[in-house]
Amino acid sequence: MAEKREANKPGAEKPRRRRAIYLLLLVPIVATLWVPIYNRLDPEIAGIPFFYWYQLVWVPLAALFLYVVYRVEGGN
Amino acid sequence: MARIDPIAISVFAALFLFVTVLGFFAARWRRGDLSQLHEWGLGGRRFGTVVTWFLLGGDLYTAYTFIAVPALIFGAGAVGFFAVPYATITYALMFVVFPRLWSVSRKHGYVTGADFVRGRFGNGTLALAVAVTGIVATMPYIALQLVGMEVVVAALGIKMDVVVPGIGLVHDFPLIVAFLVLALYTYSSGLRAPAMIAVVKDVLIYGTVLAAIVIIPAELGGYAKIFAAVDPAKLTLAADPLHNPGAVSYATLALGSALALFLYPHAMTGVMSASSRHVVKRNAVALPAYSLALGLIALLGYMAVASGVKTNPAYAAGFAQFGNNFAVPALFLKAFPSWFVGFAFAGIAIGALVPAAIMSIACANLFTRNIYREYFDPNCSPARESQVAKIASLVVKAGALVFILKMPTTDAINFQLLGGIWIIQTLPTMLMGLYTRWPNPWALLAGWASGIAAGTAMVLSLDFKGSTFVLHIFGMAIPCYAALSSLMVNLAVAVVLSAVFNAAARRPHVDATAAADYV
Repeated sequence: MAEKREANKPGAEKPRRRRAIYLLLLVPIVATLWVPIYNRLDPEIAGIPFFYWYQLVWVPLAALFLYVVYRVEGGN
Repeated sequence: MARIDPIAISVFAALFLFVTVLGFFAARWRRGDLSQLHEWGLGGRRFGTVVTWFLLGGDLYTAYTFIAVPALIFGAGAVGFFAVPYATITYALMFVVFPRLWSVSRKHGYVTGADFVRGRFGNGTLALAVAVTGIVATMPYIALQLVGMEVVVAALGIKMDVVVPGIGLVHDFPLIVAFLVLALYTYSSGLRAPAMIAVVKDVLIYGTVLAAIVIIPAELGGYAKIFAAVDPAKLTLAADPLHNPGAVSYATLALGSALALFLYPHAMTGVMSASSRHVVKRNAVALPAYSLALGLIALLGYMAVASGVKTNPAYAAGFAQFGNNFAVPALFLKAFPSWFVGFAFAGIAIGALVPAAIMSIACANLFTRNIYREYFDPNCSPARESQVAKIASLVVKAGALVFILKMPTTDAINFQLLGGIWIIQTLPTMLMGLYTRWPNPWALLAGWASGIAAGTAMVLSLDFKGSTFVLHIFGMAIPCYAALSSLMVNLAVAVVLSAVFNAAARRPHVDATAAADYV
């Protein structure tokens, strides 16, 4: 991560790099739609079966991914 | 149900009165010229990040959601949890696609999605199809908000049938009064009213959720005991994909719903009323907070199972009248002190007013811009346009009220199910349109028509018993949400015919927008 983050200066090759960051958004989509990953009861956390806490945990995680993309692309 | 609790009713009534005053006061908030449609119907496009967050949260997470999602978990188990992945992934779509809609709408003064379609494809018929789909899909949704309100009003023991002097016996009297008040302040304040009320609604809902996930598990002996009370077979999805709820139907339900959500007129209205495209993006990041609350609310369904409300004779009448939709109200009545029951139920009832107001405004905008101005009065003044929208919002709410009072609730649910399948058919037009002018408008129209026909046929063949239609592909039977499979038909028709029509056309269709308008 040595690259400079100059969000506002439109460079020749920067837009492409910025666009690639959008691929990160596929991670939460695959993680929550690939049901076989989480269609089971164990391990439980505080009595809550895996099926439920796994999907609940992905709600803030997905927001985090969106936040990262928002920061990297400089809000454009 | 029969038990009338004066404390709960007082708290409920006081909160209801408070938001009514707020609704009328909202007209003065960030004062604008309400005789302009974008002021009345979009709050002047001046809502910043925080207001938009409350507005969209109040708009998308409706009272009906708060009643129906836990009810589905209560009755059917794991499949009801699809609302959580649905509400998680839909924001990726909002983040990527809808800032473009915001920009082009701001630039050209578009108030509805159909306005954009009219401008992009220069085709009034396609715009009309999008507008009518939006209105028809939203009407039953408004009606269902009344169901959410009806359940909590009945649970408070408020008498529903009242003898009014001069008229006689009126059924569902409290609902009619609530909707009348709602109609009046929406008429006078426009989108500013639900934006303001949404803040109150969210305080009530978040307060209720926090209390519920702490107090109720403590009373029931912890989450482990709650899940132990549920039939283990219901806690996960059936491994056999041929029987609902299988993994494939779960994933397609979540994906199809996520794709459809922002095509609903009330969601687009929320996006367009933002003050900048950054507000739209920031909200896509911040709105999942509501999804977390929704996930916790969903778990109330299992808490209701563990608390044994279904077999408790005190709630038998409620379950008889409302079915599993009574699960959450019964749970609250059992677990909370009176004053907090009033607080929580007010959150649900007010949670019905906010989306009902925004949905009726969105329908009114569609009617005014894409039907009235397009076909009846092309040269109407801005003041006339705003006046027509105000009246249309009254008609839409009256229609929803008649819908729910005269027809069985199951009809509203069935139509809402169909509505989700219909609204997704506008996806090729809207989404492709936001990126390219390549698709041919007549091809998009043909795709839209075939998608609607295919989706409706699938649901009808299931006799409304579900929306997961088993597709037979290469000898495999795959259960897939009808919205998604009919969307594939739509897309295929639209793309293939676009190639054909564009090759045959002497010149391309007129596009009022330029590439720079979208960024």
